[in-house]
Amino acid sequence: MEKWNLMAVVVLLGLTVRWTVSLNSYSGAGKPPMFGDYEAQRHWQEITFNLPVKQCAKFINPDWIALHSSRGYESQAHKLFMRTTVLIADLLIYIPAVILYCCCLKEISTKKKIANVLCILLYPGLILIDYGHFQYNSVSLGFALWGVLGVSCDWDLLGSLAFCLAINYKQMELYHSLPFFCFLLGKCFKKGLKGEGFVLLIKLSCTVVASFILCWLPFFTEREQTMQVLRRLFPVDRGLFEDKVANIWCSVSIFLKIKDILPRHIQIIISFCFTFLSLLPACIKLTLKPSPRGFRFTLVSCALSFFLFSFQVHEKSILLVSLPVCLVLSEIPFMSTWFLLVSTFSMLPLLLKDELLIPSVVTTMAFFIACATSFSIFEKTSEEELQLKSFSISVRKYLPCFTFLPRIIQYLFLTSVFTMVLLTLITVTLEPPQKLPDLFSVLVCFLSCLNFLFFLVYFNIIIMWDSKNGRNPKKTN
Amino acid sequence: STDFEVHRNWLAITHSLPVSQWYYEATSEWTLDYPPFFAWFEYALSHVAKYFDQEMLNVHNLNYSSSRTLLFQRFSVIFTDVLFVYAIHECCKCIDGKKAGKELTEKPKFILSVLLLWNFGLLIVDHIHFQYNGFLFGLMLLSVARLFQKRHMEGAFLFAVLLHFKHIYLYVAPAYGIYLLRSYCFTANKPDGSVRWNSFSFVRLISLGLIVFLVSALSLGPFLALNQLPQVLSRLFPFKRGLCHAYWAPNFWALYNALDKVLSIIGLKLKLLDPNKIPKASMTSGLVQQFQHTVLPSVTPLATLICTLMAILPSVFCLWFKPQGPRGFLRCLILCALSSFLFGWHVHEKAILLAVLPMSLLSVGKAGDASIFLILSTTGHYSLFPLLFTAPELPIKILLMLLFTIYSISSLKTLFRKEKPLFNWMETFYLFGLGPLEVFCEFVFPFTSWKLKYPFIPLLLTSVYCAVGITYAWFKLYVSVLTDPSVSKTKK
Repeated sequence: MEKWNLMAVVVLLGLTVRWTVSLNSYSGAGKPPMFGDYEAQRHWQEITFNLPVKQCAKFINPDWIALHSSRGYESQAHKLFMRTTVLIADLLIYIPAVILYCCCLKEISTKKKIANVLCILLYPGLILIDYGHFQYNSVSLGFALWGVLGVSCDWDLLGSLAFCLAINYKQMELYHSLPFFCFLLGKCFKKGLKGEGFVLLIKLSCTVVASFILCWLPFFTEREQTMQVLRRLFPVDRGLFEDKVANIWCSVSIFLKIKDILPRHIQIIISFCFTFLSLLPACIKLTLKPSPRGFRFTLVSCALSFFLFSFQVHEKSILLVSLPVCLVLSEIPFMSTWFLLVSTFSMLPLLLKDELLIPSVVTTMAFFIACATSFSIFEKTSEEELQLKSFSISVRKYLPCFTFLPRIIQYLFLTSVFTMVLLTLITVTLEPPQKLPDLFSVLVCFLSCLNFLFFLVYFNIIIMWDSKNGRNPKKTN
Repeated sequence: STDFEVHRNWLAITHSLPVSQWYYEATSEWTLDYPPFFAWFEYALSHVAKYFDQEMLNVHNLNYSSSRTLLFQRFSVIFTDVLFVYAIHECCKCIDGKKAGKELTEKPKFILSVLLLWNFGLLIVDHIHFQYNGFLFGLMLLSVARLFQKRHMEGAFLFAVLLHFKHIYLYVAPAYGIYLLRSYCFTANKPDGSVRWNSFSFVRLISLGLIVFLVSALSLGPFLALNQLPQVLSRLFPFKRGLCHAYWAPNFWALYNALDKVLSIIGLKLKLLDPNKIPKASMTSGLVQQFQHTVLPSVTPLATLICTLMAILPSVFCLWFKPQGPRGFLRCLILCALSSFLFGWHVHEKAILLAVLPMSLLSVGKAGDASIFLILSTTGHYSLFPLLFTAPELPIKILLMLLFTIYSISSLKTLFRKEKPLFNWMETFYLFGLGPLEVFCEFVFPFTSWKLKYPFIPLLLTSVYCAVGITYAWFKLYVSVLTDPSVSKTKK
């Protein structure tokens, strides 16, 4: 079948799945007084429309955003409007970035590229959060993806501009900022700090500063306003973690109540240290040896380190890790698919609260089947396929019998999937015991955290032992 | 949609009332109007339903729909679709794949499976609008597959069962009857392909008759014993309902009505007609009632029957005098379905699926059939759009329609790329015209001033435009059947 027709079919499939999920309930539907993210977004529209910095939205029904009186407004027409805005934002920003990214992939056939687009578009986590729970993540992730694209193809200025837009849209993107910084710095160093490199450095810093100033201009009128914005963006007062999240601190606090033992500023310092210690090796390597491949893997490991060790992390932040993992889907299909399944699973308590059980089960199965058939993941579990060859060789210098790594990984995969399915069934069918009402969510988080730690180690191993530096030794067909 | 309430009502009726009351019950306006097997099917379902939500089985709970009810109903459709999947599997075995390339996606079997599984019409009607067509079509396709595989008795049995599930399949009964008579009861042909009268096998005829009789006895027997047969028949064939359904099916009568309306408007303008003599009830207001035409002669049920029979006759004659094995049978079946759709009384636009699904089987065989299939399926599917009219469903129907249309056109084009192009310029133009039509009906029209004065215009335009396409496809198929050389092609 002709390439563009196939691509059109794939995109249409992605859009259909998205809209079908959006027909379900959303976060906080019918649950006053707090409601949920849906109400949060509507409230922000209310604020930005009514207060001084006005937006142009004349043809929208004014009832939806009347100041104060529209708190908790819920109606069919409004729901349709909100859902449509998400779809349009997705269509304009995220989906073109995905298509362009997959078309620029090297060393794979056209059919595989299109299959790649399909799998990325079907990733359940993003669909469920954006169209079910209700957020606009696809905008920030889309901008970040444009940034990655620009920087990998040597359009550094445009890439960094796109990434600044992403950060200014949602401050969570700061998780990705370190790899960007190290990669661009590494490029400057490579070009030589005395000549071209220096020029590039100056150009980049000007771009970044200019874009930040442009976005923040309206709020620079008073120092107090800027401070207030910063305080709202980085709510350090909220504590080490909120609710249940698949993060180290939450898991550790099952056994050791950190929140109660240590004072607030010590908590901040500890999380800061752990985060930076865990991402330092990868970033240093990226600065010394910048390459698009290393860049992608460093994005994964940095975002994962932030997710696991940082302060006040939300479960939805796992999406920031999932995006880079989607990007490496074509290189290590097996591990990426596994990771993406775990990431969707880790959000299970949230999805259940929004009554999105059936959409999540269906989309997860669809995603799994799509990946399994497109990349034939179960056949690609040899050492070389898992990019662990150099690592195994080094270990075999000390332990000659270390040949069973692929088999261990396969067993781990099966165990992980089995426990995920089991836990999902248990959470849905049984009631938790009276004394431990949060038992199931805690179990979900704990399990996901263990998986994520494993992935952190795995991705760091790939980065550190990657001596080929960007060239794929095997021929992918 | 209302069909959801219909099926809930039938679950309630079959569960709570004794058999003798089933066809008399009229608490709700949606009375039981399918044959007995379907009623027994609903009865079986209702036993599962009571684990989901007991309340839906109460006859007086009109318009009851809890989330569990919804869940149960949707799951039941998905579950019964298993039969449909099995039927597709059997049909794919009958397609020969010699023409295929090495790629999986280019094999005719794969294309056929996708065309059937993802058939837009079936998805919309079954899963969104809500009906159980999936497994009924599964039965039909399975019986067709059995006839292809020369297992005639099973095919006949399956069709008899199907008839007693939903009597709309009477439309294609002549094809079955003539084919079985001609190719099964007469066991051999003369060398030139015509009938060899002395090869008639009474045994086969008797066995076929026995099968049909037993199935009918099983289904109608209880009601015959209770002396309710006239009541059952009157429920099954409600002739009081009017020539056209609420939304006009895109058939010949839609064109007839449109012509009538146009002529009456012209007549009024030219003062040829007296405004007082025109009946008040406007057929185009979308209600289901009897109606008199103003200019052209009124149409009675008998007239439609005669037209249908006249339309079916040539293809049936072809089947008798120039039998071409199962393939010829399939063409005759499609022609019967299409002719009945075009000329029948109170046809529902969902009936177009009766022709589109079997046509998919032919489309992966020959380029000519593929082009007819594409025209038929695209216009037929488009004519189903008015069934989903709420705003949230709009993106879904557009996306699914685009998905199916793009896939079917490009996969069939790739399959037949070595032959001449599938469409001539006229057909291409017509198909592209569907886009602007949709934009006008859904996006432009609601904002114009005509919406209040003539609210029926989008429906009228849709019906008439699609009727043109469907009639054209019917005509083309007829021409290809009548002009085919009478070489007997046997399929293994």
